[in-house]
Amino acid sequence: MSADDQQRAGDRPILAVEDLAVHYGAGRRRQSVLDGVSLSVARGETVGIIGETGSGKSTFARTVLGLVRAGRGRILIDGEDVARHKPRQWQALRRRGVVQYVFQDPLRSLDPDLTIEDSLVEPLLVRGMRRPEAVERARAYLGRVRLDEDLLPRLPGELSGGQRQRVAVARALVAEPGLIILDEPVSALDSANRVGVLEILKGLRDSGVALLFISHDLGSVAGIADRIAVLYQGRFVEVGAARDVVNTPRHPYTRLLVGSAPTLRSAAAARARREELRALLRT
Amino acid sequence: MTTTQADRDLVAATDVGDSPTATPTPRPLPADEVVLAVRDVRIRDNVGDREIVHGVTFELRPGQAVGIVGESGSGKTLTCRAALGILPEHFTVSGGTIEIAGEDIAGLTPARWTALRGSTISAVFQDPGSYLNPSLRVGAQIAEVVRVKAGLRRRAARARAVELLAAVRLRDPELVYGQYPHELSGGMLQRVLIAAAIAAGPRVLIADEATTALDVTVQAEVLDLLADLRERTGLALVVVSHDLAVVAQVCDEVLVLRDGEVVEQGPTEQVLYQPRHAYTRMLIDEHEQYGLERFLDADADADADADADAGTGAEADADADGGRAGAPARDREFDGVR
Repeated sequence: MSADDQQRAGDRPILAVEDLAVHYGAGRRRQSVLDGVSLSVARGETVGIIGETGSGKSTFARTVLGLVRAGRGRILIDGEDVARHKPRQWQALRRRGVVQYVFQDPLRSLDPDLTIEDSLVEPLLVRGMRRPEAVERARAYLGRVRLDEDLLPRLPGELSGGQRQRVAVARALVAEPGLIILDEPVSALDSANRVGVLEILKGLRDSGVALLFISHDLGSVAGIADRIAVLYQGRFVEVGAARDVVNTPRHPYTRLLVGSAPTLRSAAAARARREELRALLRT
Repeated sequence: MTTTQADRDLVAATDVGDSPTATPTPRPLPADEVVLAVRDVRIRDNVGDREIVHGVTFELRPGQAVGIVGESGSGKTLTCRAALGILPEHFTVSGGTIEIAGEDIAGLTPARWTALRGSTISAVFQDPGSYLNPSLRVGAQIAEVVRVKAGLRRRAARARAVELLAAVRLRDPELVYGQYPHELSGGMLQRVLIAAAIAAGPRVLIADEATTALDVTVQAEVLDLLADLRERTGLALVVVSHDLAVVAQVCDEVLVLRDGEVVEQGPTEQVLYQPRHAYTRMLIDEHEQYGLERFLDADADADADADADAGTGAEADADADGGRAGAPARDREFDGVR
């Protein structure tokens, strides 16, 4: 189904990426990172992208956010093709706040010199909301990420890593976007905070916002994604319902990925299986 | 390329073990010889004036693997460092004994330590990049170890280094030999470090968080390599990790260390399935909370491969036909790279 077909009515996806190619460098140094990838995210849907170092997953996120230039293909955000947007157009798009983001290091998505309150209300003030109203909303969203409003006058540097990442999620939410892109949002957190943030993300599923959750860790995505897309060497090698991808992986790489996750179960058989899959991927 | 084919042959030769120089010389060892004995070892911080490790005991025979699990600060790394004779300043072994291949380390001279390290006991750590000189080709660095430890001449040392790179399953060992550390991925670097660690044919290899910084498929590759070396050469392993599951992949016996105390110790199966200590149970719970197992259907583990190979059931068949529009719930796109 092409994006044109879907454009009718409100079942248009919040994000549709079609045949996207991205490369770095030029001439002999040209290196293809994404090699014609397509993926769509429906309104309110949670899609996980799984990939390891060098798979192109962060490039995918950064291209959709306009931080990396698309070489080829279309990126439809709520129906608008942004792949060839000029900086000014990106600026206007960001101001509308349709797409928000959360990075691995919350200090990257929070201004270190702004108090938590200012960070949270800024996107609302930019869109013309009056401050008292904006602060009211900021408080509400801080509650949604299970943080106390005592934190509002603090600076990001005064918060723990887990708290900061929750603030980053709240900041992404206040603008009430259609889509939040999360790039390794829990990878830098210890296990208790990881579980906490994953619970919060899971809780967002009913709020109507779509999530694109990018991670190297199948375990953290499997619990909250409706669908999982597996990125390997710049291509999606498998896309399917989360439960199916985890339980009946079909592509050799996905099978290797599932089979490589350290398990508390017996390991000897798994070793032989992995060896076969590696041989398969090499050819 | 002919070199590549020759290298493949070399790897193959290494596999069956009919090339005596290809693998780290598996010396004939009596199977019951204890290659590393750690007995009630206590480690003291002389500056803080307190005991950090309160009695660790285990024995390793050729081909055995013992795992030490614990958080940072539990004393697992100090225990390893004590066995390698490289405790940080101010730390001393304040009780118990450590024997390497029957030799008590308490009275070892620096010269004797130098002889033991590498050739009898060896180690790899978390950040492989920091153990290599960034301005030297990796092959030359391994050849140097071979030259010094095994006393080979330059040309022979070079050949041996290439063999070692093949033995750790690097696909193009000649190519890797001439590369600089920054040109290699984390997984490749860790293999290079393992190659250097086994260069002098040690009997014990300590892997301290050696796979922690790696991607999950690469971690599995390195763990499989260790298991493989253990089977092929009788190398005994000490695998140290904060992750119980990682240790469970490779080891026969597990020690759970907490605040310097061994809270649980026993055969891996027993520790995993009948944990006695609350802390061990917590580690298992934690793994189950965000590990992948939680999302695996009860019987999928065993059947996954059969399904994927044969395509059991109507649903799988529909997918195999290309996921037609009629099956939206299972519309799996497929981009074969076979």
